[in-house]
Amino acid sequence: MMNTHVSLKAADGSTLELKNPVMSASGTFGYGTEFMPYGDIGKLGAIIVKGLSLKPRPGNPLPRVAETPCGMLNAVGLQNDGVEAFITEKLPHLPTHDVPVIANIYAASAEEFGELANVLAHEEKLAALEVNISCPNVKAGGVLFGQDPLMAQSIVQTVKKNSGNKPVIVKLSPNVTNIAEMAKAIEAAGADMISCINTITGMAVDIRSRKPLLANIVGGLSGPAIKPVALRCVWQVAQAVQIPVIGIGGIRSAKDVLEFMLVGASAVQVGTASFTDPTTIFKIIGDLPVLCEELGIKNLEQYRNTLITG
Amino acid sequence: MENHPMRMELTVTDLVPFGSEGERKFFALTLTRPQWTSWRAGQFIMLRPASWNSEITWARPFSICRVTNQSLVLFFQVVGRGTELMAGLKPKDKVIVWGPLGTHFAMEDKPTLILAGGIGIAPFAGYVEQHSKPSNLSMIFSHRLPSQYYPAESFIRHIDVETHFEHTKEDLEKTLKAIREKMETTAKNNGLVLACGPMPFLKTIWKNALELNVPTQLSLEQRMACGIGACLGCVSMTSDLYPDRQKAGLPVQTCTKGPVFWAHELNLDA
Repeated sequence: MMNTHVSLKAADGSTLELKNPVMSASGTFGYGTEFMPYGDIGKLGAIIVKGLSLKPRPGNPLPRVAETPCGMLNAVGLQNDGVEAFITEKLPHLPTHDVPVIANIYAASAEEFGELANVLAHEEKLAALEVNISCPNVKAGGVLFGQDPLMAQSIVQTVKKNSGNKPVIVKLSPNVTNIAEMAKAIEAAGADMISCINTITGMAVDIRSRKPLLANIVGGLSGPAIKPVALRCVWQVAQAVQIPVIGIGGIRSAKDVLEFMLVGASAVQVGTASFTDPTTIFKIIGDLPVLCEELGIKNLEQYRNTLITG
Repeated sequence: MENHPMRMELTVTDLVPFGSEGERKFFALTLTRPQWTSWRAGQFIMLRPASWNSEITWARPFSICRVTNQSLVLFFQVVGRGTELMAGLKPKDKVIVWGPLGTHFAMEDKPTLILAGGIGIAPFAGYVEQHSKPSNLSMIFSHRLPSQYYPAESFIRHIDVETHFEHTKEDLEKTLKAIREKMETTAKNNGLVLACGPMPFLKTIWKNALELNVPTQLSLEQRMACGIGACLGCVSMTSDLYPDRQKAGLPVQTCTKGPVFWAHELNLDA
């Protein structure tokens, strides 16, 4: 069976070595341990855990999830136990020898982002940080940071300054006018890699009760419904920057993984599909080399970014 | 953890509708038996027919009703598009199931009052079967549709059941009064109360439980995407008495920390 290994070369010269390009997307894979009954989480390319904040956050009122055709809306609001609980209670249980574990971080200001990065910089068991400047469901910061290039740059610089030798991945929002410009700004600020896309702002309503399906009224759309938008964004970003791009958005099969790699992604994240069936990510990882052989792809890195446009 | 959840493909062996043609429909779904080593009444499974494509994003949660030598039985009510499609399942159809999931009802050697509202009767079929002393059990079964709509016949005859047909507002008041009185008696006898049903029904029982200080477990239902604690969509608010001090007064996953909670550990007013 072919080797699906990929190396993500960070801007700072380090590399993130992945045994395959398939990571779990933050917020859809818990802290990893939740999926242990359903497959060997050590086989993932990387595990990106639920978004962490400096202090625990209770999240938004219920209902905070709603099913929509080919997708779902969520307004969970970054409920999490805080970074300390993660380090003491969750991280020791993860197979960090077998699989890179990446912490996704959220903060309400650049200073707080710096503080959080500083706490995690000393955790040897963490392979990288993913900076969330694209959450549509929080009042302070979140996607507002990701829509303002200067603000986004200042956060990236602060995190980079505080993250020691950990590569910094910046997760971008599709809720911007020009994602390529944002990606360039992030790259210029020193980001090591870019992941995109976070959810697309959306809404669902009930015509009988006349109420929104989410207590937060609006939420983030994810799932196969957003895959065309995600592909477009990844393609635009990959054209615009030199740093590795990690594709996210509606991936549910090995075929989807290759689609994202074809438009320039160096790796991908599987999100909502893990809710549809907790074995999805393990199946994708098993299917990927089979599909590559079928298509005569000998090396994923050579296949990457080879879209023929005319 | 007492038992380990697993994900498997099961086969539909039977689907029986209950009641006559009505607005709402009730079904008993029988599947081939999962290879579980154990399960406890109150736990649930996530179910997704193999024929569903990506247009439907989530699986659906169902209380485990019974597990026999040959089969897993679920009761469900058609309440939306997912259950509507499930009403069309046929023998030999494949379904993806993961479970058993979540917490279970306590089983103690003491007078136990079961309060079931509507389709909330589902987990108690298995409970009655698993119980070593059914003579300890009594039940109030409150329902809005004629009782033939509910596939409860199989076990109801084994225990003392008082059924309340809620047709009018007066019926509802009568039911609530009966629940209160039975809970008072249970409190006096140092008994245990178990409840499953719609949220307004559970809220009344929750209030009674706190006022009467009678040990009470409630099985909660919330909109759920994954069933395994990852999506944080289904959280319930705990009270200051929640045993995990770090989570006291905060939302916890109904799927992994519940669905069965002790009443005093919840804050249903939040």
